[in-house]
Amino acid sequence: MRRLGPRLVALSYLTIILLAPLGMVFYRTFEHGVAPFWHALSNSETVHAFKVTLLVTAIAVPLNTVFGVVAGLAIARGRFRGKGFLNAFIDLPLALSPVVVGLSLYLLYGRTGWFGSFLNRHNVQILFAWPALVLATIFASVPFVAREVIPTLRELGDEQEQAARTLGASTWQTFRRITLPSIRWAIVYGVVLTTARCLGEYGAVAIVSGRIVGKTETATLRVEDSYQNLDTTGAYSVALVLAAIAVAVLVIMTLTKPKEQSV
Amino acid sequence: MRRRFTLLLATLATAAAATAATAGGTTLNLVAYSTPKPVMAKIIALWNQTPQGKGVSFSQSYGASGAQARAIAAGQPADIAFLSTGDDVNTLVDAGLVAANWDKGAYGGLAADSVVAFVVRAGNPKHIKEWSDLVKPGVQVVTPNPFSSGSAKWNILAAYGAERKLGKSDTQATSFVQKLMQHVVSQDSSGANALNTFLAGKGDVLITYESEAYAAVAAGKDVHMVIPKQTMVIELPMVVLKNSSNKAKAQQFVSFVQSEQAQEIFAQNGFRPVNKAALKKYASRYGGRPVMFRISDPLFGGWRKADKTWFDPSKGRMVKIEANVGGPTGAGS
Amino acid sequence: MPAASAVVSAPRARAATFRGARRGTALSLGFVSTFLSVIVVLPIAALMWESKRNGAHTFWQVVSSPEARAALELTLGAAVGVALFNAVLGTVTAWVLVRDDFRGKSLVNAVIDLPFALPTIVAGLTLLALYGPHSPVGVDVAFTRVAIGLALCFVTLPFVVRTAQPVLHELDREMEEAARSLGASDFTVFRRIVLPNILPGVLSGMALALARGVGEIGAVVLISGNLPYRTEVSSVFVMNRIESGDPAGASAVAVVLLVVSFALLLAIGGVRYLVTRFDRA
Repeated sequence: MRRLGPRLVALSYLTIILLAPLGMVFYRTFEHGVAPFWHALSNSETVHAFKVTLLVTAIAVPLNTVFGVVAGLAIARGRFRGKGFLNAFIDLPLALSPVVVGLSLYLLYGRTGWFGSFLNRHNVQILFAWPALVLATIFASVPFVAREVIPTLRELGDEQEQAARTLGASTWQTFRRITLPSIRWAIVYGVVLTTARCLGEYGAVAIVSGRIVGKTETATLRVEDSYQNLDTTGAYSVALVLAAIAVAVLVIMTLTKPKEQSV
Repeated sequence: MRRRFTLLLATLATAAAATAATAGGTTLNLVAYSTPKPVMAKIIALWNQTPQGKGVSFSQSYGASGAQARAIAAGQPADIAFLSTGDDVNTLVDAGLVAANWDKGAYGGLAADSVVAFVVRAGNPKHIKEWSDLVKPGVQVVTPNPFSSGSAKWNILAAYGAERKLGKSDTQATSFVQKLMQHVVSQDSSGANALNTFLAGKGDVLITYESEAYAAVAAGKDVHMVIPKQTMVIELPMVVLKNSSNKAKAQQFVSFVQSEQAQEIFAQNGFRPVNKAALKKYASRYGGRPVMFRISDPLFGGWRKADKTWFDPSKGRMVKIEANVGGPTGAGS
Repeated sequence: MPAASAVVSAPRARAATFRGARRGTALSLGFVSTFLSVIVVLPIAALMWESKRNGAHTFWQVVSSPEARAALELTLGAAVGVALFNAVLGTVTAWVLVRDDFRGKSLVNAVIDLPFALPTIVAGLTLLALYGPHSPVGVDVAFTRVAIGLALCFVTLPFVVRTAQPVLHELDREMEEAARSLGASDFTVFRRIVLPNILPGVLSGMALALARGVGEIGAVVLISGNLPYRTEVSSVFVMNRIESGDPAGASAVAVVLLVVSFALLLAIGGVRYLVTRFDRA
C-alpha cells in the first residue's frame, strides 16, 4: 500500500503529460501505415538534416559537459565571492526565448552587428552556417550538466576529497579517482538531458541557420518544413526518430553503469 | 526537307555549345517564404531545361517571409528573394539590399498574385460567404496576429478595404475591423499556424491566402474555400538582391518566372498568374470577384503608408484595436 | 619509516595541495568565465545594448505598455506556478523511478527526457490534438490559459525528475532504515530525512523549470491562441515586436524578463542556502 500512492500519482501525471502525447506521436506517425514513415525518412534532404543535427549535437554536448562539470565543481567546492550570482547566471540562458537568442546572435554576428564587419572582412561565416547552429544549440542546453552535478556534489560532501588531498593526491588525481566516479550518475543524466535538448532544439536554430535545404537544415527544421507543407505524417516521423535517438542515448549511457554502487 | 532538318540540328548544336560554354557551374541562392517550395521546384526544373537555365543549380531556403527578410538583412547570402508581402521587401530596401524602385519594373516586381480568401468547414454550416458573415453572432474567426504575420496584414487590410468599397467611411470600416477582431479566437503567429489551428478544429472560418486554401483542399483536408465579393489582391514579390554575385543570371531567372510557361505552373498550383497570357488561359479558375483592390489603391497608399497607419507597434490602428478588444477596458470575448 | 615520513610530509603536502586547489579553482573559474562570456554574456550584453538604443524613455514606454505588462504577468505567473507544480510532481516521479519497482519502469524512465528531444512544434501539435477541439478524451482546454500551463508542464517535466534522481541514487539509506526501525512512518521518513537531502536537487530542477517556462515559445504559441492581453505570453509579445521591425522594444522586454528571472533564480538559490545551512560545518 505504501508504494501505491506515490506510484499512482506519478504514473497518472506522466500518462497525462508525457505518455499520452508520446502515444499520439506514434499514432500520427503510423496512422497511414509504415510506408509514409519510410518515405519521409528516406528523403535525401531529411537524411542530410539528421547528419547536421547529429554533427551539431556531437559538438555541443561534450563542450557543455566539460563546462558543466568544471562549473559544477567551482560552485559546489570552490571558495569565491559571487558564487550565488554565478549559480543563477548559469540558468539564465534558458529564460531567453529562442526568438531572443536568434536576435542576439544577429546583433552580434549579423551584417550590421558588433562583429559584422570584422567577420565580413575575414570572410568568416558564423550566421547561416554551422557555427551559428552550434552556438545556438549550446546556448539552449548550457545549464543541464552543471545542474545535475552541483546537488550531487553538495549531497556527497567533500570529506573523501579532503582526505585524498591530505594523503598527497594531486588535484587531478583527486578529481579522477574520487570526484568523477561519485558524480557519474549526475553526469549521465546531465549528458542525456543535454543530448535530448540539442536534438530537439528548434527555435533559435530556425532563426540563425538560414534554413538552406540540404545544407543548414536540421532535423527539427525538417519537421517544420513538413508541417508547413501539410505533411503531418512526415513531421511526426522525423520527430519520432529524434525521440528514438534520445532514448537510445539514455539506454546506452545507463547500460554502461557499473553494478550497484556501494550504498 | 533533310537540308532544313540538318540546318536546324546544326543551329541547335551551336546554341547548346555556346550556352554550355557560358552557363553551367553557377549557383543561385533563392530565399523564399514558406509555402512555394513545391511550385518553385517545378519552375526550377523547367528553367534548367532552357538554354539560359542549363547547369544552374539552386540553394534554396524556405521560411516565414518576415523572418527570411530579416535573415537576408542580417547577411544570409541571397541572389533572389521571393517574399509574401511588399512590406518585407521594404525591409530589404531599408537595409540597402534592394533597389527602392523594385516595384517599378516588369510586372511590378511580382512573381505571382493571390487573393484573400476564407476557409470554412466542409458544407459551410455557418453559411459564410461575405465579410459581414464573419461578424455575425457566434461566428469564430481564426486569423494570425498582424504584428507577427504578413498574412494577417493582408487579411486586416482586405477587411478594411472591403468595407470601404461597400461605401463605408474610414471610421466605420475601422470599427468593422475591431468588430472582426472581437470574433477572433486565435491569433497565431503565422499563416501556417493559423491554418493548423483551424484544421485542429478551432473556429468556423479562417482568413488566409487563396493559394494556401487551395493547398489545404488539394491535400485532402476536409475544408472548403470561399472568396468574398470584395477582396484584396495579394501581391507576391520576387526581387534580385543588389549584392548578388550573379545578378544577370538571377534576373534571367526572375524573367523566366514571369514568363507564360512558368506562370502556368503557378496557375496550376493555386496562384494567380501576373502574366496576362497565362491569366487569360486560366480565367475560368481565377475569375475575378466583383471588387478586387490592391495595396496601391488610394485607400492604402502602398505598403509604407499602410504599415505605418495600421501596424506601427506603438501607434498603429491595430494597437488600439487589440487593446479595445482584449485589454483591461475592452469587452473582449 | 612510512608513517613518520607521512606525518612529516603531511603539512608540506597539504600546503602544496591547497596551492594546487587554489590554482585549480582559478583555472576552472577562468575556463567557466570564458565559456560563459562567449556563449551567454555576449548575447545578453548585445540585447541590453540594443534595448537602450532608442533611449530610456522608449524603453520604459514599451515595457510599461499595458500589453507588455499583461504578457509579463501571465508569463511569470504561469512559469512560477508550473515550476512549483512540477517540483512536487517531479519529486514524486523521481522517487517512484528510483525507489519503486514496477513493470515498464525502465521504459518510463527512458522517456522522461522526450519533452526535450521533441521539437516544440510537435509538442504543441500533440497537446493540441489530445487536449484541444478534437480531443479523444473529451478534454478541450486549448486556446485558454490552462493550455499555457499544460504546454509548460510538458516542456519542463524532465527537469526536477532528472535533478532529483542522481541525488536519490546517492542517498545514504542507513539513516532512513534507522528511522524506520525506530518506528517512523514512511511520510515522516520522507519529510524529515529524504526531503532535506534532495531539496537542493529539487530546487535546482525547479530553477531550470522556471527559467525554461519564462522563455518557452514553441509549444505555447501553437496551443494558447496568443490573444493579446488574455493568452499572449511575453515571448510571443517579444516576437511580435521583432516582426514589427522594433528589435529595440523587443530587447527591452527581453531584458526585463531576464532581470526578473535572474532575481527569481537568486531567490531560489537563497532558499537552497537557507535549507542546507545545517549541513555546512
